[in-house]
Amino acid sequence: MKPTHFVLNGKKTEIASPPMSRLLDVLREELHLTGTKEGCGEGECGACSVLIDGEVVNSCLVPLAQVEGAEVRTIEGVIEDPRFKVLQSEFVAHGGAQCGICTPGMIVSSASLLEKNPHPRRDEIENALAGNLCRCTGYSKIIDSVEAASK
Amino acid sequence: MKTNAAEFDLRTPATLGEALALLGEPQGKWRPFAGGTDLMVLLESGNLMHKNFVNLRGFKELRGIEVSPQFVVLGALTTFSAIQENELIKKEFPCLVQAAAQVGAIAIQNRGTIGGNIGNASPAADSPPALLIYDAEIELMSTSGARWVSYDSFHTGYKKTLLGAGELISKIRLPRTTRASGRTVHYFRKVGARKAQAISKVSVAGWAHVEKGVIKEVRLALGSVAPTVVRGKNTENLLKGKVLSPALYEEARSILGGEISPISDIRSTDVYRKRIAQNLLSEFLEHVGLDQ
Repeated sequence: MKPTHFVLNGKKTEIASPPMSRLLDVLREELHLTGTKEGCGEGECGACSVLIDGEVVNSCLVPLAQVEGAEVRTIEGVIEDPRFKVLQSEFVAHGGAQCGICTPGMIVSSASLLEKNPHPRRDEIENALAGNLCRCTGYSKIIDSVEAASK
Repeated sequence: MKTNAAEFDLRTPATLGEALALLGEPQGKWRPFAGGTDLMVLLESGNLMHKNFVNLRGFKELRGIEVSPQFVVLGALTTFSAIQENELIKKEFPCLVQAAAQVGAIAIQNRGTIGGNIGNASPAADSPPALLIYDAEIELMSTSGARWVSYDSFHTGYKKTLLGAGELISKIRLPRTTRASGRTVHYFRKVGARKAQAISKVSVAGWAHVEKGVIKEVRLALGSVAPTVVRGKNTENLLKGKVLSPALYEEARSILGGEISPISDIRSTDVYRKRIAQNLLSEFLEHVGLDQ
């Protein structure tokens, strides 16, 4: 099988998996990066959010062939970025994480927002996280966490 | 992971010409694969019937937004995020931007493409009503050349289109219209179960050119009320050349009710859809009538 090459969290990566493999499965099963979660598997919940070339995507909807030559960042990479450490601490401080399944996706989407828009309004945060579902917090605490992180 | 990805092929040809050659192979063996936001859902649920796909994503010829005095031309792979960022589209085709902002949520908008939204041919798709009111044309390309067709004629039945064997949607163009006088009204509203990540129950797009209270031109398009996205042409014909009045409002609602055929399904009922379509028409007409 022809290998697919991409940069994963800053490291050159090569993987020989079928081209239609979901990026989500390649990350979790082949590369053992289990921070990215599977929720719905149909692009509704955002638990599997990762960044491809800086843009947030649902990794359950991206076939491996489409990351050839791309730069992929997962929660493991995002949270090592000194700019985004503050997201982690503010999610802790404001109760933005409860069961935790949605949290990696929330942080990845928030990082993508802050990268483009370092001081977002509250409605901009809401819009940026509209594709990330949480069944625990009622969202207010998550929005509070991102708002605090952007200050 | 419910599906075995190894049963599928997703080939990335080096050139668009090679991609078109694959798509032109007999029996439609190869199918186009753009942003994947519809097809990957089918893959995971075990409902992806075709096995062999051509990955179009890398082809720059199918990307980008070009502006000429007559047209705005969008490559079929233009994403909904790119549409929302384009200043000229924001200004001249605001309903397309509004529709793009309501496709799923940001992660879907970053990946999903306008050509895919058209080619998937869902009557509930978000961008087609906006394309219809702006009189869009689409370019269909194959190894034997390219042709432009009016988008209004493209959907011929439920999930049926004008696409011939081996043809690919390559471009979408919107004619730029300027009116020397009067006022233009752009209206778009999607009604779904929630603000983001919802498939529409009903969507309505409307465009009108009004001069001194007279509706000189009007276009109305609806999603999720028929086997395809549709123009409300009987309603348009009623409104054209008229001055709005309470009686005309009522007549327009009634005619619209007669020319759409919504169904009851998991998302909504026929009765609700018809009523909401009529209410959205009223809201559009309120915008049309604002200067009276």
